[in-house]
Amino acid sequence: MKTELDIPAVAVFLFFFALVTVMGFVASKWRRPKTLASLDEWGLGGRQFGTWITWFLVGGDFYTAYTVIAVPALVYSVGAYGFFALPYTILVYPIVFMVMPKLWQVAKDNGHVTAADVVHGRYGSRLLEAAVAITGVVATMPYIALQLIGMATAVKALGFQGELPLIAAFVVLALYTYSSGLRAPALIAFVKDIMIYIAVIAAVSVIPGKLGGYAAVFDAADQAFKAKGSGSILLQPSQYVAYATLALGSALAAFMYPHTLTGIFASKSATTIRKNAVLLPAYTLMLGLLALLGYMGHAAKLKLASNNDVVPALFQTLFPSWFAGFAFAAIAIGALVPAAVMSIGAANLFTRNFWKAYVNPQVDTAGEAAVAKIASLVVKVGALLVIIYLPTQFALDLQLLGGLWILQTLPALIFGLFTRWFTAPALLVGWVVGLFGGTYLAWTDGLKPLHMLSIGSFQATVYVGLIALVANIVVAMLVNLVVPKPMVTAEAAGT
Amino acid sequence: MARHFLWLLLIPFVGLLWVPFYNFHDPVLFGFPFFYWYQLAWVPMTAFLTWLAYRTYPNED
Repeated sequence: MKTELDIPAVAVFLFFFALVTVMGFVASKWRRPKTLASLDEWGLGGRQFGTWITWFLVGGDFYTAYTVIAVPALVYSVGAYGFFALPYTILVYPIVFMVMPKLWQVAKDNGHVTAADVVHGRYGSRLLEAAVAITGVVATMPYIALQLIGMATAVKALGFQGELPLIAAFVVLALYTYSSGLRAPALIAFVKDIMIYIAVIAAVSVIPGKLGGYAAVFDAADQAFKAKGSGSILLQPSQYVAYATLALGSALAAFMYPHTLTGIFASKSATTIRKNAVLLPAYTLMLGLLALLGYMGHAAKLKLASNNDVVPALFQTLFPSWFAGFAFAAIAIGALVPAAVMSIGAANLFTRNFWKAYVNPQVDTAGEAAVAKIASLVVKVGALLVIIYLPTQFALDLQLLGGLWILQTLPALIFGLFTRWFTAPALLVGWVVGLFGGTYLAWTDGLKPLHMLSIGSFQATVYVGLIALVANIVVAMLVNLVVPKPMVTAEAAGT
Repeated sequence: MARHFLWLLLIPFVGLLWVPFYNFHDPVLFGFPFFYWYQLAWVPMTAFLTWLAYRTYPNED
Protein backbone atom coordinates (compact mmCIF):
# COMPACT_ATOMS: atom_id res chain seq x y z
CA MET A 1 0.00 0.00 0.00
CA LYS A 2 1.20 3.45 -0.91
CA THR A 3 1.25 5.97 1.89
CA GLU A 4 1.95 9.35 0.24
CA LEU A 5 -1.02 11.44 -0.85
CA ASP A 6 -2.25 10.49 -4.34
CA ILE A 7 -3.37 13.76 -5.96
CA PRO A 8 -5.69 12.61 -8.83
CA ALA A 9 -7.30 10.04 -6.52
CA VAL A 10 -7.81 12.62 -3.77
CA ALA A 11 -9.32 15.11 -6.25
CA VAL A 12 -11.88 12.59 -7.55
CA PHE A 13 -12.62 11.49 -3.99
CA LEU A 14 -13.21 15.04 -2.76
CA PHE A 15 -15.43 15.86 -5.74
CA PHE A 16 -17.83 13.00 -5.00
CA PHE A 17 -17.72 13.60 -1.28
CA ALA A 18 -18.66 17.24 -1.82
CA LEU A 19 -21.43 16.19 -4.20
CA VAL A 20 -23.13 13.91 -1.68
CA THR A 21 -22.69 16.48 1.08
CA VAL A 22 -24.66 19.02 -0.95
CA MET A 23 -27.23 16.34 -1.74
CA GLY A 24 -27.55 15.48 1.94
CA PHE A 25 -28.54 19.05 2.84
CA VAL A 26 -30.74 19.56 -0.24
CA ALA A 27 -32.58 16.33 0.63
CA SER A 28 -34.69 18.15 3.24
CA LYS A 29 -36.43 19.84 0.30
CA TRP A 30 -36.88 16.61 -1.66
CA ARG A 31 -40.56 15.53 -1.94
CA ARG A 32 -41.08 18.26 0.54
CA PRO A 33 -43.71 17.72 3.22
CA LYS A 34 -45.50 20.57 4.99
CA THR A 35 -43.17 20.03 7.91
CA LEU A 36 -40.28 17.71 8.73
CA ALA A 37 -41.10 17.99 12.43
CA SER A 38 -42.59 14.53 12.96
CA LEU A 39 -41.04 11.07 13.22
CA ASP A 40 -43.04 9.90 10.21
CA GLU A 41 -41.31 12.55 8.12
CA TRP A 42 -37.85 12.87 9.72
CA GLY A 43 -37.47 9.20 10.67
CA LEU A 44 -39.38 7.45 7.87
CA GLY A 45 -39.27 9.94 4.98
CA GLY A 46 -43.07 10.23 5.06
CA ARG A 47 -43.72 6.49 4.46
CA GLN A 48 -43.94 7.20 0.74
CA PHE A 49 -40.85 5.63 -0.85
CA GLY A 50 -41.81 3.67 -3.96
CA THR A 51 -40.08 0.71 -5.58
CA TRP A 52 -36.96 2.44 -6.92
CA ILE A 53 -36.21 4.65 -3.94
CA THR A 54 -36.66 1.66 -1.65
CA TRP A 55 -34.43 -0.44 -3.89
CA PHE A 56 -31.60 2.08 -3.69
CA LEU A 57 -32.15 2.82 0.00
CA VAL A 58 -32.35 -0.76 1.27
CA GLY A 59 -29.59 -1.84 -1.12
CA GLY A 60 -27.41 1.02 0.07
CA ASP A 61 -28.25 0.31 3.67
CA PHE A 62 -27.90 -3.47 3.74
CA TYR A 63 -24.80 -3.89 1.52
CA THR A 64 -22.62 -1.60 3.60
CA ALA A 65 -19.12 -0.21 3.12
CA TYR A 66 -17.91 -2.68 5.67
CA THR A 67 -19.36 -5.51 3.57
CA VAL A 68 -17.43 -4.27 0.55
CA ILE A 69 -14.19 -4.38 2.56
CA ALA A 70 -14.78 -7.36 4.85
CA VAL A 71 -16.31 -10.01 2.59
CA PRO A 72 -13.40 -10.02 0.10
CA ALA A 73 -11.02 -9.82 3.09
CA LEU A 74 -12.54 -12.96 4.63
CA VAL A 75 -12.48 -14.79 1.28
CA TYR A 76 -8.85 -13.69 0.85
CA SER A 77 -7.91 -15.12 4.23
CA VAL A 78 -9.99 -18.34 4.49
CA GLY A 79 -11.41 -19.06 1.02
CA ALA A 80 -14.73 -20.80 0.34
CA TYR A 81 -15.97 -20.42 3.92
CA GLY A 82 -16.06 -16.62 3.53
CA PHE A 83 -18.48 -17.11 0.65
CA PHE A 84 -21.36 -17.85 3.08
CA ALA A 85 -22.30 -14.21 2.53
CA LEU A 86 -23.75 -15.31 -0.81
CA PRO A 87 -26.33 -17.92 0.36
CA TYR A 88 -27.04 -15.54 3.27
CA THR A 89 -27.94 -12.63 0.98
CA ILE A 90 -29.93 -14.89 -1.36
CA LEU A 91 -32.08 -16.53 1.33
CA VAL A 92 -32.81 -13.24 3.06
CA TYR A 93 -35.25 -12.23 0.28
CA PRO A 94 -37.73 -15.11 0.42
CA ILE A 95 -37.86 -14.34 4.17
CA VAL A 96 -38.46 -10.64 3.48
CA PHE A 97 -41.17 -11.57 0.98
CA MET A 98 -43.00 -13.78 3.47
CA VAL A 99 -42.75 -11.59 6.55
CA MET A 100 -42.14 -7.92 5.83
CA PRO A 101 -45.34 -6.97 3.93
CA LYS A 102 -47.34 -8.12 6.98
CA LEU A 103 -45.08 -6.23 9.37
CA TRP A 104 -45.29 -3.12 7.20
CA GLN A 105 -49.09 -3.29 7.22
CA VAL A 106 -49.26 -3.52 11.02
CA ALA A 107 -46.85 -0.58 11.38
CA LYS A 108 -48.71 1.52 8.82
CA ASP A 109 -52.18 0.84 10.29
CA ASN A 110 -51.09 1.70 13.83
CA GLY A 111 -48.53 4.45 13.19
CA HIS A 112 -45.61 2.37 14.48
CA VAL A 113 -42.12 3.65 13.73
CA THR A 114 -39.95 0.95 15.37
CA ALA A 115 -39.91 -2.80 15.96
CA ALA A 116 -40.47 -2.17 19.67
CA ASP A 117 -43.58 -0.10 18.82
CA VAL A 118 -44.97 -3.09 16.96
CA VAL A 119 -44.23 -5.41 19.90
CA HIS A 120 -45.83 -3.01 22.39
CA GLY A 121 -48.90 -2.59 20.20
CA ARG A 122 -49.25 -6.32 19.85
CA TYR A 123 -48.64 -7.50 23.42
CA GLY A 124 -49.19 -4.36 25.49
CA SER A 125 -46.05 -5.23 27.48
CA ARG A 126 -43.63 -2.44 28.38
CA LEU A 127 -40.99 -5.00 29.40
CA LEU A 128 -41.01 -6.84 26.09
CA GLU A 129 -41.01 -3.50 24.27
CA ALA A 130 -37.95 -2.40 26.28
CA ALA A 131 -36.17 -5.71 25.59
CA VAL A 132 -36.63 -5.31 21.84
CA ALA A 133 -35.69 -1.62 21.89
CA ILE A 134 -32.53 -2.05 23.97
CA THR A 135 -31.41 -5.00 21.83
CA GLY A 136 -31.90 -2.89 18.72
CA VAL A 137 -29.87 0.05 19.97
CA VAL A 138 -27.06 -2.06 21.42
CA ALA A 139 -26.76 -4.19 18.27
CA THR A 140 -26.70 -1.12 16.04
CA MET A 141 -23.95 0.84 17.82
CA PRO A 142 -21.07 -1.47 16.85
CA TYR A 143 -22.54 -1.73 13.35
CA ILE A 144 -22.15 2.04 12.96
CA ALA A 145 -18.61 1.74 14.27
CA LEU A 146 -17.87 -0.86 11.57
CA GLN A 147 -18.98 1.59 8.89
CA LEU A 148 -16.34 3.92 10.26
CA ILE A 149 -13.75 1.18 9.91
CA GLY A 150 -14.79 0.74 6.27
CA MET A 151 -14.51 4.46 5.70
CA ALA A 152 -11.16 4.65 7.50
CA THR A 153 -9.75 1.93 5.23
CA ALA A 154 -10.71 3.95 2.13
CA VAL A 155 -9.40 7.23 3.58
CA LYS A 156 -6.11 5.60 4.58
CA ALA A 157 -5.73 4.12 1.08
CA LEU A 158 -5.82 7.65 -0.32
CA GLY A 159 -2.75 8.42 1.75
CA PHE A 160 -4.36 10.47 4.52
CA GLN A 161 -2.88 10.05 7.98
CA GLY A 162 -4.58 10.36 11.34
CA GLU A 163 -8.19 10.53 12.36
CA LEU A 164 -9.04 14.08 11.32
CA PRO A 165 -10.51 13.24 7.85
CA LEU A 166 -12.68 10.57 9.43
CA ILE A 167 -13.96 12.96 12.10
CA ALA A 168 -14.64 15.65 9.48
CA ALA A 169 -16.61 13.22 7.29
CA PHE A 170 -18.65 12.10 10.27
CA VAL A 171 -19.46 15.60 11.45
CA VAL A 172 -20.77 16.44 7.98
CA LEU A 173 -22.83 13.25 7.99
CA ALA A 174 -24.23 14.02 11.43
CA LEU A 175 -25.28 17.52 10.39
CA TYR A 176 -27.21 16.61 7.27
CA THR A 177 -28.85 13.62 8.93
CA TYR A 178 -29.91 16.01 11.67
CA SER A 179 -31.48 18.45 9.24
CA SER A 180 -32.91 16.09 6.55
CA GLY A 181 -33.58 12.81 8.38
CA LEU A 182 -34.11 9.67 6.29
CA ARG A 183 -34.44 11.72 3.09
CA ALA A 184 -30.66 12.36 3.18
CA PRO A 185 -29.46 8.74 3.00
CA ALA A 186 -32.31 7.90 0.59
CA LEU A 187 -31.10 10.52 -1.87
CA ILE A 188 -27.39 9.80 -1.36
CA ALA A 189 -28.05 6.08 -1.81
CA PHE A 190 -28.67 6.69 -5.53
CA VAL A 191 -25.14 8.04 -5.96
CA LYS A 192 -23.57 5.49 -3.62
CA ASP A 193 -25.13 2.44 -5.22
CA ILE A 194 -24.41 3.52 -8.79
CA MET A 195 -20.77 4.24 -7.85
CA ILE A 196 -20.39 0.87 -6.13
CA TYR A 197 -21.90 -0.92 -9.13
CA ILE A 198 -19.50 0.87 -11.50
CA ALA A 199 -16.49 0.08 -9.29
CA VAL A 200 -17.41 -3.59 -8.86
CA ILE A 201 -18.31 -4.18 -12.51
CA ALA A 202 -15.04 -2.57 -13.58
CA ALA A 203 -13.14 -4.69 -11.06
CA VAL A 204 -14.65 -8.05 -11.98
CA SER A 205 -14.40 -7.44 -15.73
CA VAL A 206 -10.96 -5.76 -15.93
CA ILE A 207 -8.91 -7.38 -13.14
CA PRO A 208 -9.24 -11.05 -14.22
CA GLY A 209 -8.11 -10.04 -17.74
CA LYS A 210 -4.93 -8.60 -16.24
CA LEU A 211 -4.38 -11.71 -14.13
CA GLY A 212 -4.96 -14.34 -16.86
CA GLY A 213 -8.71 -15.03 -16.51
CA TYR A 214 -10.95 -16.45 -13.78
CA ALA A 215 -9.48 -19.96 -14.04
CA ALA A 216 -6.05 -18.50 -13.28
CA VAL A 217 -7.48 -16.47 -10.38
CA PHE A 218 -9.01 -19.58 -8.74
CA ASP A 219 -5.79 -21.53 -9.39
CA ALA A 220 -3.64 -18.85 -7.81
CA ALA A 221 -5.89 -18.78 -4.73
CA ASP A 222 -5.78 -22.57 -4.50
CA GLN A 223 -1.95 -22.51 -4.64
CA ALA A 224 -1.76 -19.74 -2.06
CA PHE A 225 -3.99 -21.62 0.42
CA LYS A 226 -1.98 -24.83 -0.08
CA ALA A 227 1.29 -22.97 0.45
CA LYS A 228 -0.13 -21.30 3.57
CA GLY A 229 -1.49 -24.61 4.86
CA SER A 230 -4.89 -23.16 5.78
CA GLY A 231 -8.00 -22.12 3.88
CA SER A 232 -9.25 -23.66 0.65
CA ILE A 233 -11.35 -22.81 -2.38
CA LEU A 234 -13.74 -25.64 -1.42
CA LEU A 235 -15.24 -26.37 2.00
CA GLN A 236 -14.02 -29.10 4.32
CA PRO A 237 -16.84 -31.52 5.26
CA SER A 238 -16.45 -30.31 8.88
CA GLN A 239 -17.42 -26.80 7.71
CA TYR A 240 -20.72 -27.78 6.03
CA VAL A 241 -23.00 -27.18 9.01
CA ALA A 242 -21.16 -24.01 10.02
CA TYR A 243 -21.51 -22.63 6.49
CA ALA A 244 -25.23 -23.42 6.24
CA THR A 245 -26.15 -22.24 9.76
CA LEU A 246 -24.19 -19.00 9.38
CA ALA A 247 -26.03 -18.33 6.11
CA LEU A 248 -29.46 -19.13 7.58
CA GLY A 249 -28.91 -17.38 10.92
CA SER A 250 -27.59 -14.24 9.24
CA ALA A 251 -30.51 -14.23 6.78
CA LEU A 252 -33.00 -14.44 9.66
CA ALA A 253 -31.22 -11.68 11.60
CA ALA A 254 -30.69 -9.27 8.70
CA PHE A 255 -34.08 -7.55 8.72
CA MET A 256 -34.45 -7.47 12.50
CA TYR A 257 -31.94 -4.58 12.69
CA PRO A 258 -33.36 -1.06 13.15
CA HIS A 259 -31.72 0.21 9.95
CA THR A 260 -33.14 -2.46 7.65
CA LEU A 261 -36.57 -2.22 9.31
CA THR A 262 -36.49 1.55 8.85
CA GLY A 263 -36.14 0.94 5.11
CA ILE A 264 -39.14 -1.42 5.26
CA PHE A 265 -41.35 0.91 7.31
CA ALA A 266 -40.51 3.83 4.99
CA SER A 267 -41.96 1.99 1.97
CA LYS A 268 -45.15 3.16 0.33
CA SER A 269 -46.95 -0.20 0.19
CA ALA A 270 -46.74 -3.95 0.73
CA THR A 271 -46.38 -4.27 -3.04
CA THR A 272 -43.26 -2.08 -2.90
CA ILE A 273 -41.71 -4.53 -0.44
CA ARG A 274 -42.68 -7.63 -2.43
CA LYS A 275 -41.34 -6.10 -5.63
CA ASN A 276 -38.08 -5.31 -3.84
CA ALA A 277 -37.74 -8.90 -2.67
CA VAL A 278 -37.62 -9.76 -6.38
CA LEU A 279 -35.31 -6.89 -7.40
CA LEU A 280 -32.85 -6.59 -4.49
CA PRO A 281 -30.98 -9.82 -5.36
CA ALA A 282 -29.22 -7.78 -8.07
CA TYR A 283 -27.07 -6.50 -5.20
CA THR A 284 -26.39 -10.07 -4.12
CA LEU A 285 -25.02 -10.89 -7.56
CA MET A 286 -22.70 -7.92 -7.19
CA LEU A 287 -21.65 -9.07 -3.71
CA GLY A 288 -20.87 -12.57 -4.98
CA LEU A 289 -18.59 -11.19 -7.68
CA LEU A 290 -17.08 -8.72 -5.25
CA ALA A 291 -16.18 -11.56 -2.89
CA LEU A 292 -13.97 -12.97 -5.62
CA LEU A 293 -11.74 -9.91 -5.28
CA GLY A 294 -10.30 -11.84 -2.34
CA TYR A 295 -8.98 -14.47 -4.76
CA MET A 296 -7.81 -11.82 -7.19
CA GLY A 297 -5.67 -10.51 -4.33
CA HIS A 298 -3.82 -13.84 -4.37
CA ALA A 299 -3.53 -13.87 -8.16
CA ALA A 300 -2.08 -10.33 -8.07
CA LYS A 301 0.37 -11.52 -5.38
CA LEU A 302 -0.43 -8.57 -3.11
CA LYS A 303 1.60 -8.11 0.05
CA LEU A 304 -0.83 -6.84 2.66
CA ALA A 305 -0.41 -5.54 6.19
CA SER A 306 -4.04 -6.41 6.93
CA ASN A 307 -6.62 -8.58 5.12
CA ASN A 308 -8.95 -5.58 5.03
CA ASP A 309 -6.54 -3.88 2.60
CA VAL A 310 -7.17 -6.39 -0.19
CA VAL A 311 -9.85 -4.36 -2.02
CA PRO A 312 -8.10 -0.96 -1.80
CA ALA A 313 -4.76 -2.53 -2.74
CA LEU A 314 -6.25 -4.20 -5.84
CA PHE A 315 -7.69 -0.90 -7.05
CA GLN A 316 -4.42 0.90 -6.37
CA THR A 317 -2.29 -1.71 -8.11
CA LEU A 318 -4.42 -2.45 -11.17
CA PHE A 319 -6.28 0.79 -11.98
CA PRO A 320 -5.22 4.37 -12.80
CA SER A 321 -5.19 6.48 -9.69
CA TRP A 322 -8.25 8.61 -10.63
CA PHE A 323 -10.34 5.42 -10.81
CA ALA A 324 -8.90 4.18 -7.52
CA GLY A 325 -10.05 7.51 -6.05
CA PHE A 326 -13.50 6.90 -7.50
CA ALA A 327 -13.64 3.42 -5.93
CA PHE A 328 -12.51 4.73 -2.53
CA ALA A 329 -15.11 7.49 -2.72
CA ALA A 330 -17.70 4.80 -3.46
CA ILE A 331 -16.63 2.91 -0.33
CA ALA A 332 -16.56 6.00 1.89
CA ILE A 333 -19.96 7.19 0.66
CA GLY A 334 -21.05 3.58 1.03
CA ALA A 335 -20.36 4.00 4.74
CA LEU A 336 -22.38 7.22 5.03
CA VAL A 337 -25.71 5.76 3.91
CA PRO A 338 -25.92 2.87 6.37
CA ALA A 339 -24.38 4.96 9.18
CA ALA A 340 -27.10 7.57 8.67
CA VAL A 341 -29.96 5.06 8.54
CA MET A 342 -28.58 3.16 11.54
CA SER A 343 -28.40 6.31 13.64
CA ILE A 344 -31.94 7.25 12.57
CA GLY A 345 -33.21 3.76 13.45
CA ALA A 346 -31.55 3.91 16.86
CA ALA A 347 -32.84 7.46 17.42
CA ASN A 348 -36.40 6.36 16.57
CA LEU A 349 -36.13 3.56 19.14
CA PHE A 350 -34.84 5.93 21.82
CA THR A 351 -37.60 8.45 21.13
CA ARG A 352 -40.54 6.09 20.91
CA ASN A 353 -39.64 3.35 23.32
CA PHE A 354 -37.69 5.24 25.97
CA TRP A 355 -38.50 8.97 25.83
CA LYS A 356 -42.19 8.63 25.02
CA ALA A 357 -42.62 5.49 27.12
CA TYR A 358 -40.94 6.73 30.31
CA VAL A 359 -39.85 10.38 30.22
CA ASN A 360 -42.63 12.32 28.50
CA PRO A 361 -45.67 10.29 27.42
CA GLN A 362 -47.41 13.52 26.34
CA VAL A 363 -44.72 14.43 23.80
CA ASP A 364 -46.25 15.68 20.53
CA THR A 365 -45.08 14.80 17.02
CA ALA A 366 -42.80 17.84 16.75
CA GLY A 367 -41.32 17.02 20.14
CA GLU A 368 -40.63 13.45 19.02
CA ALA A 369 -38.74 14.67 15.98
CA ALA A 370 -36.69 17.08 18.12
CA VAL A 371 -35.69 14.30 20.55
CA ALA A 372 -34.84 11.91 17.72
CA LYS A 373 -32.62 14.47 15.97
CA ILE A 374 -30.54 14.98 19.12
CA ALA A 375 -30.43 11.22 19.74
CA SER A 376 -29.09 10.61 16.22
CA LEU A 377 -26.19 12.98 16.98
CA VAL A 378 -25.41 11.27 20.27
CA VAL A 379 -25.44 7.83 18.65
CA LYS A 380 -22.97 8.93 15.97
CA VAL A 381 -20.62 10.62 18.43
CA GLY A 382 -20.70 7.44 20.53
CA ALA A 383 -19.69 5.31 17.55
CA LEU A 384 -16.92 7.74 16.67
CA LEU A 385 -15.51 7.66 20.20
CA VAL A 386 -15.57 3.86 20.17
CA ILE A 387 -13.48 3.79 16.99
CA ILE A 388 -11.02 6.44 18.15
CA TYR A 389 -10.45 5.28 21.73
CA LEU A 390 -11.11 1.56 21.76
CA PRO A 391 -9.25 -1.16 19.85
CA THR A 392 -10.84 -2.08 16.50
CA GLN A 393 -11.23 -5.64 17.72
CA PHE A 394 -13.70 -4.41 20.34
CA ALA A 395 -16.08 -3.15 17.63
CA LEU A 396 -15.68 -6.36 15.66
CA ASP A 397 -16.43 -8.54 18.70
CA LEU A 398 -19.45 -6.44 19.61
CA GLN A 399 -20.73 -6.57 16.02
CA LEU A 400 -20.47 -10.35 16.10
CA LEU A 401 -22.45 -10.49 19.34
CA GLY A 402 -24.84 -7.88 17.91
CA GLY A 403 -25.94 -10.33 15.23
CA LEU A 404 -26.63 -12.95 17.89
CA TRP A 405 -28.54 -10.44 20.03
CA ILE A 406 -30.74 -8.97 17.32
CA LEU A 407 -31.71 -12.48 16.18
CA GLN A 408 -33.24 -13.03 19.63
CA THR A 409 -35.87 -10.35 18.94
CA LEU A 410 -37.27 -12.36 16.03
CA PRO A 411 -39.87 -14.38 17.98
CA ALA A 412 -41.27 -11.29 19.72
CA LEU A 413 -41.44 -9.27 16.51
CA ILE A 414 -42.47 -11.87 13.94
CA PHE A 415 -44.45 -14.68 15.60
CA GLY A 416 -47.29 -12.33 16.51
CA LEU A 417 -47.86 -11.61 12.81
CA PHE A 418 -48.83 -15.21 12.21
CA THR A 419 -50.29 -16.54 15.47
CA ARG A 420 -52.03 -15.31 18.62
CA TRP A 421 -50.74 -18.23 20.66
CA PHE A 422 -47.61 -16.65 22.18
CA THR A 423 -47.79 -14.44 25.30
CA ALA A 424 -45.50 -11.59 26.37
CA PRO A 425 -44.04 -13.32 29.48
CA ALA A 426 -43.13 -16.41 27.44
CA LEU A 427 -41.46 -14.36 24.70
CA LEU A 428 -39.61 -12.34 27.33
CA VAL A 429 -38.21 -15.43 29.07
CA GLY A 430 -37.25 -16.85 25.66
CA TRP A 431 -35.44 -13.62 24.84
CA VAL A 432 -33.54 -13.71 28.15
CA VAL A 433 -32.46 -17.31 27.62
CA GLY A 434 -31.46 -16.78 23.97
CA LEU A 435 -29.62 -13.54 24.57
CA PHE A 436 -27.71 -14.42 27.72
CA GLY A 437 -27.27 -18.11 26.94
CA GLY A 438 -25.98 -17.31 23.45
CA THR A 439 -23.65 -14.60 24.75
CA TYR A 440 -22.30 -17.00 27.38
CA LEU A 441 -21.61 -19.68 24.74
CA ALA A 442 -19.86 -17.20 22.46
CA TRP A 443 -17.90 -15.81 25.41
CA THR A 444 -16.65 -19.18 26.63
CA ASP A 445 -15.67 -20.06 23.04
CA GLY A 446 -13.40 -17.01 22.94
CA LEU A 447 -15.89 -14.76 21.10
CA LYS A 448 -16.17 -17.11 18.15
CA PRO A 449 -19.45 -17.23 16.20
CA LEU A 450 -19.33 -21.03 16.02
CA HIS A 451 -19.96 -23.60 18.73
CA MET A 452 -19.22 -27.32 18.65
CA LEU A 453 -22.41 -29.25 19.39
CA SER A 454 -22.28 -32.96 20.25
CA ILE A 455 -25.47 -34.98 20.38
CA GLY A 456 -24.56 -38.61 20.95
CA SER A 457 -22.04 -39.54 18.27
CA PHE A 458 -23.15 -36.64 16.08
CA GLN A 459 -20.87 -33.62 16.13
CA ALA A 460 -21.25 -30.38 14.26
CA THR A 461 -20.02 -26.80 14.43
CA VAL A 462 -23.07 -24.55 14.47
CA TYR A 463 -23.62 -20.76 14.36
CA VAL A 464 -24.18 -19.66 17.98
CA GLY A 465 -26.94 -17.22 17.05
CA LEU A 466 -29.03 -20.02 15.62
CA ILE A 467 -28.47 -22.25 18.68
CA ALA A 468 -29.59 -19.36 20.86
CA LEU A 469 -32.66 -18.74 18.67
CA VAL A 470 -33.71 -22.39 18.94
CA ALA A 471 -33.30 -22.24 22.74
CA ASN A 472 -35.24 -18.96 22.76
CA ILE A 473 -38.18 -20.46 20.85
CA VAL A 474 -38.26 -23.74 22.78
CA VAL A 475 -38.23 -21.92 26.12
CA ALA A 476 -40.91 -19.49 24.94
CA MET A 477 -43.14 -22.39 23.93
CA LEU A 478 -42.63 -24.22 27.24
CA VAL A 479 -43.31 -21.09 29.33
CA ASN A 480 -46.30 -20.33 27.16
CA LEU A 481 -47.84 -23.65 28.15
CA VAL A 482 -47.84 -22.72 31.85
CA VAL A 483 -48.63 -18.97 31.90
CA PRO A 484 -52.27 -17.92 31.80
CA LYS A 485 -53.54 -16.35 28.59
CA PRO A 486 -53.77 -12.56 29.01
CA MET A 487 -56.41 -10.37 27.52
CA VAL A 488 -55.97 -9.83 23.82
CA THR A 489 -54.98 -6.25 22.94
CA ALA A 490 -57.21 -4.46 20.45
CA GLU A 491 -54.44 -4.59 17.90
CA ALA A 492 -53.83 -8.31 18.33
CA ALA A 493 -57.56 -8.96 17.96
CA GLY A 494 -57.40 -7.44 14.52
CA THR A 495 -55.23 -10.24 13.14
CA MET B 1 -55.86 -17.11 -4.57
CA ALA B 2 -53.05 -19.40 -5.64
CA ARG B 3 -50.98 -19.01 -2.47
CA HIS B 4 -49.46 -22.45 -2.91
CA PHE B 5 -46.92 -20.55 -5.01
CA LEU B 6 -45.37 -19.60 -1.66
CA TRP B 7 -44.07 -23.14 -1.33
CA LEU B 8 -41.74 -22.33 -4.22
CA LEU B 9 -39.86 -20.06 -1.86
CA LEU B 10 -38.65 -23.06 0.14
CA ILE B 11 -36.71 -24.42 -2.85
CA PRO B 12 -33.72 -22.05 -2.51
CA PHE B 13 -33.36 -23.06 1.16
CA VAL B 14 -33.00 -26.70 0.14
CA GLY B 15 -30.68 -25.88 -2.75
CA LEU B 16 -28.33 -23.70 -0.70
CA LEU B 17 -28.40 -25.06 2.85
CA TRP B 18 -27.57 -28.66 1.90
CA VAL B 19 -23.91 -27.98 1.21
CA PRO B 20 -22.96 -31.54 0.02
CA PHE B 21 -25.07 -30.79 -3.10
CA TYR B 22 -22.54 -28.35 -4.40
CA ASN B 23 -19.16 -28.52 -2.68
CA PHE B 24 -17.36 -29.64 -5.87
CA HIS B 25 -14.71 -28.23 -8.14
CA ASP B 26 -16.07 -29.73 -11.40
CA PRO B 27 -17.74 -29.00 -13.77
CA VAL B 28 -16.02 -25.64 -14.26
CA LEU B 29 -17.96 -22.87 -16.09
CA PHE B 30 -16.14 -19.81 -17.50
CA GLY B 31 -13.26 -20.60 -15.14
CA PHE B 32 -15.57 -20.72 -12.07
CA PRO B 33 -15.53 -23.97 -10.06
CA PHE B 34 -19.00 -25.53 -9.57
CA PHE B 35 -19.20 -24.37 -5.91
CA TYR B 36 -19.14 -20.75 -7.10
CA TRP B 37 -21.29 -20.73 -10.22
CA TYR B 38 -23.90 -23.00 -8.64
CA GLN B 39 -24.45 -20.53 -5.79
CA LEU B 40 -24.33 -17.51 -8.12
CA ALA B 41 -26.93 -19.22 -10.33
CA TRP B 42 -29.29 -19.35 -7.33
CA VAL B 43 -29.47 -15.55 -7.33
CA PRO B 44 -31.52 -15.23 -10.56
CA MET B 45 -33.35 -18.51 -9.83
CA THR B 46 -34.49 -17.27 -6.41
CA ALA B 47 -35.51 -13.92 -7.88
CA PHE B 48 -37.55 -15.78 -10.52
CA LEU B 49 -39.30 -18.00 -7.93
CA THR B 50 -40.04 -14.91 -5.83
CA TRP B 51 -41.48 -13.20 -8.91
CA LEU B 52 -43.80 -16.17 -9.49
CA ALA B 53 -45.08 -15.78 -5.93
CA TYR B 54 -45.26 -11.98 -6.35
CA ARG B 55 -47.63 -12.31 -9.30
CA THR B 56 -50.28 -13.97 -7.13
CA TYR B 57 -50.71 -10.80 -5.02
CA PRO B 58 -52.77 -7.80 -6.12
CA ASN B 59 -50.82 -4.65 -6.98
CA GLU B 60 -51.57 -2.01 -4.34
CA ASP B 61 -49.49 0.80 -5.82
